[in-house]
Amino acid sequence: MGIFKRRSIKSLGKKKRDMPEGLWHKCPDCGAIIHEADLQQHYHVCPKCNHHFPMVAQGRINMLVDPGSFEEMDAKLESVNPLEFKAYSEKIKAYQKKTGLKDAVVTGRAKILETPVVMGVMDFRFLGASMGSVVGEKVTRAIEAATADRCAVVLICASGGARMHEGILSLMQMAKTSAALARHHDAGLAYIGVLTHPTTGGVTASFAALGDVIMAEPKCMIGFAGPRVVKETTHQNLPPGFQTAEFMKKHGLVDMIVARGDLRDRLGSLVKYMEPAVV
Amino acid sequence: MQVEPLEFEKPIVELERQLADLKDRSAGQGVGAEKEIEKIEEKISKMKYEVYQGLTPWQRVQIARHTQRPFTLDYLDHCFDDFLELHGDRHIGDDDAMPAGFARLEGRRCVVVGHQKGRDTKENLLRNFGSAHPEGYRKALRVMRLADKFGKPIVTFIDTPGAYPGIGAEERNIAEAIAFNLREMMRIKVPIVAVVIGEGGSGGALGIGIADRVLMLENSYYSVISPEGCAAILWKDRKFAEDAATAMRLTARDLEGMGVIDEIIPEPLGGAHHDHIAVGRSVKAALIKHLAELREMDSDELMQKRYEKFRKFGEFRG
Ligand SMILES: [Zn+2]
Repeated sequence: MGIFKRRSIKSLGKKKRDMPEGLWHKCPDCGAIIHEADLQQHYHVCPKCNHHFPMVAQGRINMLVDPGSFEEMDAKLESVNPLEFKAYSEKIKAYQKKTGLKDAVVTGRAKILETPVVMGVMDFRFLGASMGSVVGEKVTRAIEAATADRCAVVLICASGGARMHEGILSLMQMAKTSAALARHHDAGLAYIGVLTHPTTGGVTASFAALGDVIMAEPKCMIGFAGPRVVKETTHQNLPPGFQTAEFMKKHGLVDMIVARGDLRDRLGSLVKYMEPAVV
Repeated sequence: MQVEPLEFEKPIVELERQLADLKDRSAGQGVGAEKEIEKIEEKISKMKYEVYQGLTPWQRVQIARHTQRPFTLDYLDHCFDDFLELHGDRHIGDDDAMPAGFARLEGRRCVVVGHQKGRDTKENLLRNFGSAHPEGYRKALRVMRLADKFGKPIVTFIDTPGAYPGIGAEERNIAEAIAFNLREMMRIKVPIVAVVIGEGGSGGALGIGIADRVLMLENSYYSVISPEGCAAILWKDRKFAEDAATAMRLTARDLEGMGVIDEIIPEPLGGAHHDHIAVGRSVKAALIKHLAELREMDSDELMQKRYEKFRKFGEFRG
């Protein structure tokens, strides 16, 4: 399999701090012990069993876009705790410090295999990539920018759902992002959603489910309600593979399951297929 | 209909019972008990004032969930001249948790869709406690598109604890059904007025909630997650639902303050379930007023304003 050989280690998402010698990860699927450097070289995919480890936003961007083409947008947008929800501001600060991000999505203009796109990448480390005002606004601006530029939008989704700490404003981000997609859609432009582990709740029930083409990473969890809620509500055993990417493909939500190493090529060819005809 | 009191109303009901007793006992006995009766009546009205003026968010949630509260079909009875229900999403099935059809409001033709709850076990079996499946959301959009086709306005009634979190719902892509409605309601060219009449439960509420005007009944709530759900996650215990209800700012007044809704429709003292006819009149008047205003706009203006309305939500800096 040649899927991992394309890019050098250097271009992949490295953590800022230096890795101490001998940092090892255990694969939760097959138990293989993998060195950090190996994992990075393999796009954070287990070389033994193909398990997809979580990836940080910057790492995904480096992996997907043409080198040097990414221009970040709205990098400074951050939450203001609109409901004065207890301990929320402190939580935001702590996650900002931990991740180096302002909130749970990074957006910007980029090129994928030379085709210009606007891109958004969610980062699950930041409060479970929950969607509050900042995520909703950045995703909306990204879609609006793509509409203005007449180019495709690519959203790499992952989310625990709407951010409770911002109450109804979080819910309204679902409407806002979908509204922006309505205009992008009416302009005849392509939207590709890439669902990664896990994509749930209000993000699934808005932009994640609206792609002209929906891709998913192998075995990632995709759903509206969490499996525990489904189980408690229905008092039924969940079918095997419930809410996995493969299950959702079988049930018609997902167009294709794409291994991480193939994602860049697949995105590149799709955005070319779906480029508007030159008038 | 005997109104079932909520926990916090029980002291009032107890006093009312004492008053009725006293009136019974003193009947035909001349003047003796009059002072006592007056005293209790005064006490009752004072207590009512205190309880109902100072309703906490959690108490309003209780009122919003009252099984005797008017539901969508009750408003169809009380506010509309007639209703012709349509069924089915044309793909999988029908959904009785989401009635939809043609109606007339003061002689003007429109389309109405809404969540429908049940009052008892049998009704709730049919209505699934107001939790719609994907078929309900897809039927709702199908019928709303008929309104679009025939140039008739749309009224939606929101009253759901949430979209149904079941295995079949997930298999049939409930999230996509909701998401698709969010996008497509934005593209509808006729006026849409949404009224939160009871529970505005999360994505399941928003799935028929994209509108030019969003109104809320005084004791309804509209929230990103149920207070119990929020408490379970952030407080690690559903028992803190009362705190979660306060923290999430989910009452009509909170949402009006945040600019999320356009108008609060007042309810009779103690809640809409105390007087279906009166609250029906208020809802009808509000619908007529807003639809008349929206009729004045052409579809480009309407859609532009609808976009701007939802585009502005969110607070951030930077
Ligand atoms: Zn493995």
